[in-house]
Amino acid sequence: MASASVTVSPAPAVQYLLRVGDTALILGQRLGEWTGHAPVLEEDIALANMALDLVGQARALLTYAGSLEGQGLGEDQLAFLREERDFHNVTLVELPRGDFAATVLRNAMLATFFRLLWQRLRDSSDAEVAGIAEKAIKEARYHQQHAADWVVRLGQGTEESRRRMVAAVDQLWRYSAELFTDDAVDEQAAAAGLGPRWSELKPQWDTEMGAVLQHAGLEAPAPGKFLSSGKRGQHSEHMGYILAEMQYLQRTYPGGEW
Amino acid sequence: MSDENVKTEWPLWEVFVRTKAGLDHKHCGSLHAADAKMAIQMARDVYTRRQEGNSVWVVRSDHIVASDPGDKDMYFDPMEDKVYRHPTFYKLPGSVDHM
Repeated sequence: MASASVTVSPAPAVQYLLRVGDTALILGQRLGEWTGHAPVLEEDIALANMALDLVGQARALLTYAGSLEGQGLGEDQLAFLREERDFHNVTLVELPRGDFAATVLRNAMLATFFRLLWQRLRDSSDAEVAGIAEKAIKEARYHQQHAADWVVRLGQGTEESRRRMVAAVDQLWRYSAELFTDDAVDEQAAAAGLGPRWSELKPQWDTEMGAVLQHAGLEAPAPGKFLSSGKRGQHSEHMGYILAEMQYLQRTYPGGEW
Repeated sequence: MSDENVKTEWPLWEVFVRTKAGLDHKHCGSLHAADAKMAIQMARDVYTRRQEGNSVWVVRSDHIVASDPGDKDMYFDPMEDKVYRHPTFYKLPGSVDHM
């Protein structure tokens, strides 16, 4: 495997799968940053477990997207040799991990999204995608329960934990708009029966996240005009740093395996 | 543990894992958690990562009543010379294996 960057076909099905796979991959990378740093040992292990679930989902999706893409790119080439603009994760997952409150709120937002998405992808016209979804939805269910419980605990906890949860909602909520803003990739996926337009997941996501915030005594900010654009390859200033760390080994030791 | 620690640290829970249906739950360790719900989740995360089981129990460690180590001689030594309590003094029918 050479270390030169690879570029990826703009075929809508490939882009659709990379949006899901890259979102899982980058969130897994971010959660992995907690290893050895979580507030308690048990939570350290829980976060690492979830990071590995997400990386596993990303592997399945990247492998399959690579096989559809046509150049014979493997999961490692896609993960470690693409440049920033060819990553299609939503911006929310690339934001710095923040404190524990921000981490559990982001996890709750994304696990809820993923659970709803996997639920629909189980009915994908593509049997491979349906199979990946069947396995992943069990993981997403647990991630959602785990994260939502923490949001409620911290929201209803001490003065400090509540202050941190309020700040996390204030910082992160606006990035949820990107999850549900469709474009041609969604339309093509829906037309082909590959998967839902992501906007179709919004009503249920609003209901479930609304219930979590309500239990936590938190309020969702009113919708604003801010719209992030990571899934279209336009990332925040944080993305380059993640890739630098994530891709360092393959870029430095091309084809290295361990 | 000082009283101060008891106030600021989560209580300890003992974890029991059942490896498969039909077997009993076996003690496998302990962990700290704020309440029962968190303890079950953490038990799942800490003790079943390698497919160790399909069911977990947790119980607050301070709810376990244990025999006093000082009573060990009185409680357990008298059984030392009562080998006749093991069912080894009769012949098994040939068709019974692996008793």
